Amino acid sequence: MSETLSELSVSLWRGARQGHYENYTVPQRESQTVLDVVTFVQRHIDPTLSYRFACRVGVCGSCAMTVNGKPRWTCRTHVAKVAYGGHLEIGPLANLTVIKDLATDMQPFFEKWQQAKGAFEPSKTRQDAIAQIRPDSPARMAADAAIECINCGVCYAACDTVRWNAKYLGPAALTRAWTLLNDERDAGNTARLQAVAADGGCHACHSHQSCQELCPQALNPTASIAGLKRRTAAAYLKGEIEG
Amino acid sequence: MRLYIWQRATAALLLPLILVHLAVIFYATRHGMTAADILSRTRGSIAWASYYGLFVAIVSIHASIGVRNILIEWSPVTERRAGRCAIGFGLLLFVLGVRAVAAVVLS
Repeated sequence: MSETLSELSVSLWRGARQGHYENYTVPQRESQTVLDVVTFVQRHIDPTLSYRFACRVGVCGSCAMTVNGKPRWTCRTHVAKVAYGGHLEIGPLANLTVIKDLATDMQPFFEKWQQAKGAFEPSKTRQDAIAQIRPDSPARMAADAAIECINCGVCYAACDTVRWNAKYLGPAALTRAWTLLNDERDAGNTARLQAVAADGGCHACHSHQSCQELCPQALNPTASIAGLKRRTAAAYLKGEIEG
Repeated sequence: MRLYIWQRATAALLLPLILVHLAVIFYATRHGMTAADILSRTRGSIAWASYYGLFVAIVSIHASIGVRNILIEWSPVTERRAGRCAIGFGLLLFVLGVRAVAAVVLS
């Protein structure tokens, strides 16, 4: 175990939608992550604290929380980089309903993925030859640039438009739609373009770029959404989708 | 989608119109033109009537779509009511604008 440097003052959200921040004192250690801090509170101070995590290494996207006002993946956010004057305020993700303490209901987030036609639609069967995709083709490069989303919900929590417009699909779902739109093997693009052009789709985005600023994978959902705006506008003007 | 295309298309048209409008303002003020000087050039002019008539029409469409979006996002009104308010706002802008254009081009 790392050497204890000093103490951290930590405020954690307790309760559901109605609740309050409760203060805890946690030993500060070298290379300590925000998730380490939350885990310390649950294991050593209050075992009733609820939060969500799985992999602890930035792959699963389960552990996002609001840390000192900004949504972050807590397993790979070092305390030293985000603590302000030795203090951390950790709450549930914004724009989602709190279930208890630091755990939010992610259902609307994933339902919007479905609405944006975020599932791959195969164009071939297993009897067909494997599609040959050049890695340096423009479409594949566009898909690759946005494909590393881990569904952590940080962009969704950071987005002003999600906060203002309950119908808005959000940066993650639209980014997923953009990667599939650029996947030559996918056969569902007309329905996908129609879905992201509907009310609450890509055109609701104001390009504030909070998603891009805070995405832990350094993706640029704003650019993906701009691509969707161009593609849906072209499809609409050609009569391929309805307005 | 349809409203998005209308708003973007009107924005694209507005850009050159606004630049010319600003140039006209600078020209008129830099040359110390009086109201009488300006009216002598605009009255009876089909060109100025067409230019500012088009300007007013495009602004009314562009602004009303924007107001609809603002109302939907920032106020508790329903989409239907936001649409009605936006149409009302657009018509008001159009009437006010046409009155202003008429005042400087009709003799």
